[in-house]
Amino acid sequence: MSKGTEQQTDRSNGKVIKKLVLVVFAMFGFGFALVPLYDVFCDITGLNGKTNDVAVAYKNDGIDTTRTVKVQFITRMAKGIPWQFEPVINEILVHPGEVKFVNFYAKNKSKRDIIGKAVPSVSPGIAGGYFQKIECFCFTHQPLKAGEEVEMGLQFYVDIDLPSEINTLTLSYTLYEISAKVDS
Amino acid sequence: MSRGNQNWLVGAWLLIVAIFSSSTWADTQLNLTKGVTAVSREVYDLHMLSLYICTAIGVVVFGAMFWSMIFHRKSKGAKAADFHESTKVEILWTAIPIVILIAMAIPATSTLINMENNEDSDITIQITGSQWKWHYKYFNENIEYYSVLSTPREQYENQNGSFDGNGASKGEDYLLEVDKPLVIPVNKKVRFLITSDDVIHAWWVPAFAVKQDANPGFINEAWTNVDVPGTYRGQCAELCGKDHGFMPIVVEVKSEEDYDAWLNEQHALTAKAADAEKASLNASMSKSELMQLGETTYMAYCAACHQPTGLGLPPVFPALKGSPLATTGSAVEHINVVFDGRAGTGMQGYGKQLSLKEIAAVVTYERNAWGNDTGDLVQTSDIKAASEE
Amino acid sequence: MTTETINESLDDAHNDDHHDHKMTGIKRWLYTTNHKDIGTLYLWFSFIMLLTGGALAMVIRAELFQPGLQIVEPDFFNQLTTVHGLIMVFGAIMPAFTGFANWMLPMMIGAPDMALPRMNNWSFWILPFAFAILLGSFFMESGAPNFGWTFYAPLSTTYSNGSTAFFVFAVHIMGISSIMGAINIVVTIMNLRAPGMTYMKMPLFVWTFFITAYLLIAVMPVLAGVVTMLLTDTYFGTSFFDAAGGGDPVMFQHIFWFFGHPEVYIMILPAFGIVSTIIPAFSRKKLFGYSSMVYATSSIALLSFIVWAHHMFTTGMPLFGELFFMYCTMLIAVPTGVKVFNWVATMWRGSLTFETPMLFSIAFVILFTIGGFSGLMLALTPVDFQYHDTYFVVAHFHYVLVTGSLFSIYAGAYFWLPKWTGHMYNESLAKWHFWCSLISVNLLFFPMHFLGLAGMPRRIPDYALQFADFNKWVSIGGFAFGLSQLIFLAVVIKCIKGGKKAPAKPWDGAEGLEWTVASPAPYHTFSTPPKID
Repeated sequence: MSKGTEQQTDRSNGKVIKKLVLVVFAMFGFGFALVPLYDVFCDITGLNGKTNDVAVAYKNDGIDTTRTVKVQFITRMAKGIPWQFEPVINEILVHPGEVKFVNFYAKNKSKRDIIGKAVPSVSPGIAGGYFQKIECFCFTHQPLKAGEEVEMGLQFYVDIDLPSEINTLTLSYTLYEISAKVDS
Repeated sequence: MSRGNQNWLVGAWLLIVAIFSSSTWADTQLNLTKGVTAVSREVYDLHMLSLYICTAIGVVVFGAMFWSMIFHRKSKGAKAADFHESTKVEILWTAIPIVILIAMAIPATSTLINMENNEDSDITIQITGSQWKWHYKYFNENIEYYSVLSTPREQYENQNGSFDGNGASKGEDYLLEVDKPLVIPVNKKVRFLITSDDVIHAWWVPAFAVKQDANPGFINEAWTNVDVPGTYRGQCAELCGKDHGFMPIVVEVKSEEDYDAWLNEQHALTAKAADAEKASLNASMSKSELMQLGETTYMAYCAACHQPTGLGLPPVFPALKGSPLATTGSAVEHINVVFDGRAGTGMQGYGKQLSLKEIAAVVTYERNAWGNDTGDLVQTSDIKAASEE
Repeated sequence: MTTETINESLDDAHNDDHHDHKMTGIKRWLYTTNHKDIGTLYLWFSFIMLLTGGALAMVIRAELFQPGLQIVEPDFFNQLTTVHGLIMVFGAIMPAFTGFANWMLPMMIGAPDMALPRMNNWSFWILPFAFAILLGSFFMESGAPNFGWTFYAPLSTTYSNGSTAFFVFAVHIMGISSIMGAINIVVTIMNLRAPGMTYMKMPLFVWTFFITAYLLIAVMPVLAGVVTMLLTDTYFGTSFFDAAGGGDPVMFQHIFWFFGHPEVYIMILPAFGIVSTIIPAFSRKKLFGYSSMVYATSSIALLSFIVWAHHMFTTGMPLFGELFFMYCTMLIAVPTGVKVFNWVATMWRGSLTFETPMLFSIAFVILFTIGGFSGLMLALTPVDFQYHDTYFVVAHFHYVLVTGSLFSIYAGAYFWLPKWTGHMYNESLAKWHFWCSLISVNLLFFPMHFLGLAGMPRRIPDYALQFADFNKWVSIGGFAFGLSQLIFLAVVIKCIKGGKKAPAKPWDGAEGLEWTVASPAPYHTFSTPPKID
C-alpha cells in the first residue's frame, strides 16, 4: 500500500470516527431526552394515568347533563409515613364539565413534623388527560406538624370530551414522606 | 469390594431412584390452564390457535429440511443444483406469512379489546403488593386485610424430611397457600385496582388470565368475571426481592349467598377486633405471655428478613440482636419503627397488619430475646400512646 | 479471484513473518494490536465467561432440583440469576461475536488489520476489569447485584442491597468496550474493503456484523444513560424512577427496553451471518437469496427499535399501545421467516455433508426457529398476559440465545478452527460434543415450556409441587449440558497442540477470501489488498 493511499484512509477513518462518536454522544443524550419525551408520551396516551400537576383554568364548554360519570377516590400510604390519609367521601357522581369539590383528611400521627407529598394516578390511564384539577393539595407538599390534622381540598372537573365508553374513573393518591428531600 | 465402594454404589442407587421416582409428586400439567372466565377461555383458544399454526409451519419447514438432509446428501451422490435466487418464490414466502399473521392478529385484537374493558363492574377491590405479601381492600366496604403465605417455614427450609426425594413432608398446596384468601362472588364483574407500597410486584391468577404489574405510586386496572366457584391459586410474577417466590395469591370464589354471608362475617369480625383492641388496652400481660405471643408473631412476620436468630441478613436486613434500636434505644422509637416502618428501606409499617397486642408482644420479644435482655415490658397501652402522640 | 492474487498474498504473508517484531510472553498479549491476537483474546475470554456463567447456572439448577430450599438462600439465589444473565449476555455471547469479528472481518474483506488497532487493544483489555468488578461484588459485604439482569427500579435503587454502584460501574465499562469495538467494525468495513468489493459483494457474514455494529452504537449509549440515572437515583437523590419525587418506575422499563430489544438482535444477527456462511459451504451451493438476506437483516434491525414495549404488556399500557407493539412485533416474523426459508432453500438440492460446523448450523436453524415460534406466541398480547415472566419466557430466550447464538458460535468455531490453528480438529470428538449438547440442551430447555404454561414464575428459588417432575429433568439436562461443554475445551486444546495439518481451504464448498491464505493464517494477511472481480 503506498504512502498516499494510507494517509487518505487515515483521513477518511477520522471522518467516520467523528461521525460515529457524535452518534454515541447523541444517543447518550437521547437516553436522557427520553425522560421529558416520556412525559409528553404519557400526556398524549394517558400512560400510567398521569394528571396535570399545575392548576388548569376551568374551560367552560358547558355541562353534559345527559352523562353521569362515577369518580372514585382511593389512598395509600407508602412505607414509613405515619399519617392517616383518606378521602372524606369514597365516590361522587359528576356530569362532564361540572366542577366539583371534595376533601381529603390527613393527620400526622407521629411526634415529629413531616412533609408529605401525594402522588396522583388515574385509572383507566386514558382518562387521566380528561381529569382536570383546578385546585389541588397535590400541586405542593403537605407539611404537617406533629399531631396536626387537616382537610385538604381538591377542585376538579371531568372534561366534556371524555370518551363515551368511560363511565367510571378512579383517582388514587399515594402519600410519600419527602421531609429529607425538602430539607436538603 | 471395599466398604468405600459399597457406599458409593448405595449413593448412586439412591440418586437413580430419586431421578426416576416421579409418581410421588402432584399431578403434572403440560398445557396452559383453560381457566374459569370467558376471557381466560378466549386466551386459551388463542394460545391453541397459535400453537397449531406454529406446529404446522414447523412441520412444513423442518420437513423440507429433513427431506434434503436425507435425499440431497453427497454420500448418496447428490450433485448440487446451482439456483440461488427466485423473486417469485421470495415474494411468495413473504406474502404467505403476512396472511397467516393477519389471521392471528384478528382474534388477538378482539380478545385484547375485551380484556381492557374495565367498565360497569359490580365490585371494586384495591390490591396492594408489598415485600412480600398482598393487601386487599374492598371499596366502600370497610374490609381490608393482608394475605400472607401460610406454608410453615419448616416445610420450605426442609427441616423435616429434607432431600428424601418423596416430598412427603410438604403439604398439597405447598407455597400456594395463604392465611386469608381474597374472596369474590361468582358471576359478578370484579374490578381490581392494583398498586404497590415498595417495589414492583405483579398480581397473577392463571385461571382468570389476569396478570397486572403493581407499580409503586400508580394504579393499574384489571377485571374478572368468574363463572365457577372454587379456590384458585397464583403467584407474584415480577421479581420483587428476596422472598419473591413466597408471596402466593389465593382467591376463593363463592356463590352470591355465601359471599354475602362472608361479608357480614367480616364486618362482625372487624367490630369484634376493635372491641378486643379496646379491652387489651386496659389489660396488662405478663412477661412470659408477651414473650410467647411475641415469638409466634416474630416468626410469622419478622423472621423472613431479620431471621429467627435475630442476626438479620446485613446489609439490607439489619440484625436486631445487640442493635442499638432494640437495646439501648428508647422503646418508643422501637415501637414507632415497627408501627410505621422506615421510609426508603424494606421495613414496612405493621400498624395496620398486626393488633396492638401483637405489636406490644413483638417489641417486648425483640428487646429481650437473643441476649438483648433489656428487661423492658411493652404493653398494648404503650403502643397506643406511642402511635398517637 | 485470480490465482495471481492468491500467490501474491501468500508471498506477503511469508515476507511479513520475517520482518515482524513480535513480542513474546504476556507482553505480546497485553500490547498486541494485531486483529488475530485480539480475536483470540476475545474468544478465550468469552469461553471462560461461558464456563463461569454456566457454573452459576449449575448452582441455580441444583437448588431447583427439588422443591424446598436446599443449597442457597433466596437472596443469594437472586444474585446467581442476576449475575448469570449479565455474564452470559455481556461476557459470553457478545465478546465471542467480537472475537469472530476481529479474526474474520479483515480477512474476509481483504484488509491488513482492523482500522483502529490501538483502540482495539483497549476495547478488549478493559473488559476483564468490568467482570472482575461484577464477580468481585460476590465477595463484598453487599453481595452481588440481586435485582435481575433487567435491574428494574426501584428494586435496583431504593431497595437494592448496596451493589448498585459496582453494577453500574461494571456496565459502564462493558458499554465503553462494546462501543469502541463497534466503531472499529464500522470503520473497518467502510474504509478497508479490498478494491472491487462493493457493499453488495460483501459476504453476508460481514453484512450482519456491519448492521450489528450500528445497533451497538445506537443503543449502548442509551444503556449507559439509564444506568447513570440509576446511579444518581440511588446515591445522589434524583428521582428519575421514584414516584415520590415525580418520577416513574415504568419509565425505567421503557428506557431499558429501548436498549434491551435491539440488544437481543445484537446477539442474534451475527449468528445469522455465521450460519449463512456455513450452510452454503456444506451444501456446496450458493446462499439462496443473498440480497433478500441483506434486506431482511436490515429490516429486523430497524424493526427492533419500535417493538421494545412488548416486554412490558403487563405494566398497564393503554389499549392502542398494546395493539401497536403487538402488530410491530408480529411483523418481525416476516423477515425472520424469509431468513429461515432461505437457509432451507440453500440446502434444497444441494450436495450435503455433515461435518460438525454443519451439524451445529442445522441444529441452529431448527432450534432457533422453535425459539422464534414461542416468540411469535409471546407477541400476542392477550396470551402474553399468561406467559409473561414465567418459564415459558425463560424457555423462549434460551432457545434463541443458547441453541441460537451459542450454537452458531460453536458452528463458527469448528468451521474456522483449521484456519486459526492450522490443524484439523478431531471430528469424532467434536461430534460427541455436538450430540451430547444437542440432547442435553433440549432436555434442559424444552420442559421449561411446560413449566411456564403450567404457571411457574421465573426467578423463584422454590416452587409448588406440581412443578417438581419437570424441574428435576431440567436440572439433569442442565448438568449434562454444562459438562458437555468441557468436550469442546478438549477439542480446542487438542487442535491447538496438533492434529492433521489443515490445507488453506479444508472445506471444499467454502468460499471467501479467508480461504485464500495459508492455514494457520499468517500473522499479517493482505498487506496488499487482493483484487475482487
